[in-house]
Amino acid sequence: MKILLNGKPFELADKSSASNLLESLQLSDKKLAMEINQEIVPRSEYEHYQLHANDKVEIVHAIGGG
Amino acid sequence: MNTMQNPLQVAGKTYHSRLLVGTGKYKDLEETRLAIEASGAEIVTVAIRRTNIGQNPDEPNLLDVIHPDKYTLLPNTAGCYSAEDAVRTCRLARELLDGHNLTKLEVLGDEKTLFPHITETLKAAETLVKDGFEVMVYTNDDPIVARELEQIGCAAVMPLAAPIGSGLGIRNPYNILEIIENANVPIIVDAGVGTASDAAIAMEMGCDGVLMNTAIAAAKDPVLMASAMKKGIEAGREAFLAGRMPRKRYASASSPIDGTFF
Repeated sequence: MKILLNGKPFELADKSSASNLLESLQLSDKKLAMEINQEIVPRSEYEHYQLHANDKVEIVHAIGGG
Repeated sequence: MNTMQNPLQVAGKTYHSRLLVGTGKYKDLEETRLAIEASGAEIVTVAIRRTNIGQNPDEPNLLDVIHPDKYTLLPNTAGCYSAEDAVRTCRLARELLDGHNLTKLEVLGDEKTLFPHITETLKAAETLVKDGFEVMVYTNDDPIVARELEQIGCAAVMPLAAPIGSGLGIRNPYNILEIIENANVPIIVDAGVGTASDAAIAMEMGCDGVLMNTAIAAAKDPVLMASAMKKGIEAGREAFLAGRMPRKRYASASSPIDGTFF
């Protein structure tokens, strides 16, 4: 299925969870936050959070800034 | 009274440094780390951005060098032009930092000046305070807006000295003074400082702190400038507490006239 990941189309297996997505991106152990369809998904829910086609996923981290 | 006995208090936490620094525009993470360390800052701002998908997973992360156990992180909403985007950014930051609810709200109104968008800032501040955030808010040097932001419940009000990244110093000192004199929350000059004397002037006026990024990061030697800023802040604070002499138009001899033998 196709989702929109950080503004770009991204292909992943049907019935993937948020955890599966992070694993496929090799980001599982990274300090980040996730928003799906403009709702925050807490880290504790990644494993059970089921992604759907056309979900809009944002994955963010902290970078240098003032 | 020395500066250690008179610490900065923001959102219920005590800080001995009154210099707050950003982490943008450095050459690399090592320079960031060294400059932040030299500044003595305890509150450090970070930005929230999309993770690069497909990047080297071993790429070093800012939070490895600016560790949340060592510094109070102040995630900002830089780049936001609406209350909605700013609130979204703050919520993502709170999740990213495990529930840490201190945030630097900045909603911009114009790309050329990066002046704050005041009506959107007020809207975002109200939403964030209701949502349990401790909001340190970037604003312009308007005393009435500063008062409104305090009334909304912001933890600190942060008027600009001059446009972000301009290094022009305090352009409107009497407005900043008015804001300080009327405030019951910390007033932190945010943005526009260029060099150590600018930081000292802000502190001499009675500001509770100064937040800066470019003045350190864009210096030829950022680590040395970070150290200079630390001293400028401390000198300005001590001078404020000491209370400066009154300005006089004519001279007043320092050596006594009595006992002259000529």
